[in-house]
Amino acid sequence: MKTLLLVRIAVRSILKNKMRTLLTMLGIIIGVAAVIVMVAVGQGARLQIQQRIDKLGSNLVVVTPGASRSGGVNMGAGSSNRLTLDDYEALKRESMWLSSISPMIVAPAHVVGGSGNWRVAVMGVSTDYSRIRSWNVSSGRHFDETEERAMRKVAVLGQTVVDNLFPEGDPVGQTIQLRDVPFEIVGVLERKGQTAEGRDMDDVILAPWTTVRTRLAGRMYIPQILGSTDSKADIPAAQQEMKAILRESHGLASYDEDDFTLKNQSELAETAQGATEVMTMLLAAIAGISLLVGGIGIMNIMLVSVTERTREIGIRMAIGARGRDVMVQFLIESIVMSLIGGALGVAAGFGGAALLEKLSGWGTVITPQLVALALGFSATVGIFFGFYPARKAAALDPIQALRHE
Amino acid sequence: MAHEAVIRIEGLTRTYTTGSTAVQALRGVDLQVMRGEMLAIMGASGSGKSTLMNLLGCLDSPTSGNYWLDGVRVDGLGRNQLAEIRNTRIGFVFQGFNLLSRTSALDNVELPLLYSHRGLKVDRRQVALEALRSVGLADRVDHEPSELSGGQQQRVAIARALVMQPAILLADEPTGNLDSRTSLEVMALFQDLNAKGVTILLVTHEHDIAECATRVVELRDGHILRDEPVTPRRDAARQLALLPEIGA
Ligand SMILES: Nc1ncnc2c1ncn2[C@@H]1O[C@H](COP(=O)(O)OP(=O)(O)OP(=O)(O)O)[C@@H](O)[C@H]1O
Ligand SMILES: [Mg+2]
Repeated sequence: MKTLLLVRIAVRSILKNKMRTLLTMLGIIIGVAAVIVMVAVGQGARLQIQQRIDKLGSNLVVVTPGASRSGGVNMGAGSSNRLTLDDYEALKRESMWLSSISPMIVAPAHVVGGSGNWRVAVMGVSTDYSRIRSWNVSSGRHFDETEERAMRKVAVLGQTVVDNLFPEGDPVGQTIQLRDVPFEIVGVLERKGQTAEGRDMDDVILAPWTTVRTRLAGRMYIPQILGSTDSKADIPAAQQEMKAILRESHGLASYDEDDFTLKNQSELAETAQGATEVMTMLLAAIAGISLLVGGIGIMNIMLVSVTERTREIGIRMAIGARGRDVMVQFLIESIVMSLIGGALGVAAGFGGAALLEKLSGWGTVITPQLVALALGFSATVGIFFGFYPARKAAALDPIQALRHE
Repeated sequence: MAHEAVIRIEGLTRTYTTGSTAVQALRGVDLQVMRGEMLAIMGASGSGKSTLMNLLGCLDSPTSGNYWLDGVRVDGLGRNQLAEIRNTRIGFVFQGFNLLSRTSALDNVELPLLYSHRGLKVDRRQVALEALRSVGLADRVDHEPSELSGGQQQRVAIARALVMQPAILLADEPTGNLDSRTSLEVMALFQDLNAKGVTILLVTHEHDIAECATRVVELRDGHILRDEPVTPRRDAARQLALLPEIGA
């Protein structure tokens, strides 16, 4: 019915003023595209960190020495602020919730073998370690429980070590010297990549913790004890239980604070995300500014066309357009422009994100919510500033609108 | 006879206030226009002719006074009702044309139809074309105002005022930009419309144009100075026929 005529009028007006339409849409396009690219980069970074945390293993609980509160280091009786193998053995013996557990003894060592030598952190772990970290071998095998109990001198090499010492090929079956002690290579680990902090996880040699303790002792510390449960739901119970066992093992009185820290996977993720939070905020701020600039652009063009439009509105009203007709026309114009501009902006945003990913190697993630947000804001600005002058003019007497300079 | 007054105004005033100064453009005007009349409004520049026309055309509201259109009070009507009156009952030709720029003559003339229910029922382009033809502009339908002469723009404006076939035609200096021949053509058109029953009010400075009307009203400083019938009335069509053909 009559609305149909108004749609016709609006479309005609858009087509008639190609330059104004283009400039208005440009503001929306830039605003939408900028926000999408910026936030896509931020979300991409988050996702990458999440993936790295996931690589640590599933249903993981990590014990680290020292209280979690940095200012509150507790030096009470019996407190050592260290983890010991006794802690590991107590946990292994008493915990009911943990399905797997492994200490991590780190012994920095000089490795000789293959085509040269290398400095590496030898990690003494239990046979559970591979399960906890979901870390399989790409060739050979992990050491087994017999070897662990017998303190056999067997080693599983990380890919970086293999790359450096055995560039020619599979080293399984060969021998390497760790601090002058010969170890047999029984397996090679799958490549795991970098940690959230950028450390190379493949620059490592795994050996039974029993062997490391006896053969490579000396400068040795236990930075972590790793445990995992069968299901995510068990984690809180396991954490509580571990806490009790460790407090007991450390001989802490009830008023003493923990001298160790327990963290599950999501807490680890939070810690790691903390750093990217800043970046995400920064990107969001830039995106917000882009949106604002885009919005101001839209606003300017809309306001500049007000003079012309006010006269136009005067003419339309003089020949019988009601205020409502004028407003509907302008609303349709604004919506159509915002929608087309928004769609082009989304396309440009996807293109820009893809290009950035290709050029910089950063991961980008575009979620539907992001698209909706960017579209929503720009459309709101476009519609508001397109509609606002019309509203103002439609409230005038026709003759006033006609006289408008 | 009072029933036949298409337009009746009493004590109409209009005061423009700009900042601290107030200009009294109309200072109490009484006027009745009967159906079928053709009224010429004269007066010096600034005497309030356009102000009066705008009020009669429901484009502006009076500061005080009453206005009856077809016996119905229109001062105090809502904005939408006034818009409807402007759309369907009054055709208005502005002193400055007021055509939409960058819009073809045909689209300009079609415009009133787009805001009326009638526009849904008729072939709008055909109706608009008909109106343009009646003012002799059938060969300029696709031209935009900037591509038309002043006289041609004037005629587009007239066609737009006529396209809704209003009972009242208000024209503010419709021949102000035209040479004498084109002026006569416009007046012949008006007289023809008037003969078909359209009530016409037009503003003019020229006496021979005013003589084409049936009655002349002269304004001075917002008052009606003179209001008298025209005798004898000039027949624009006959005068036109007496003029030598252009290019002949
Ligand atoms: N919008 C306005 N604001 C202030 N004063 C106005 C306005 N419009 C008209 N006037 C004043 O009102 C008076 C009458 O103006 P109006 O336009 O009606 O004159 P007019 O008789 O049509 O003159 P012209 O023959 O030059 O068209 C003039 O003194 C003019 O300055
Ligand atoms: Mg005037």
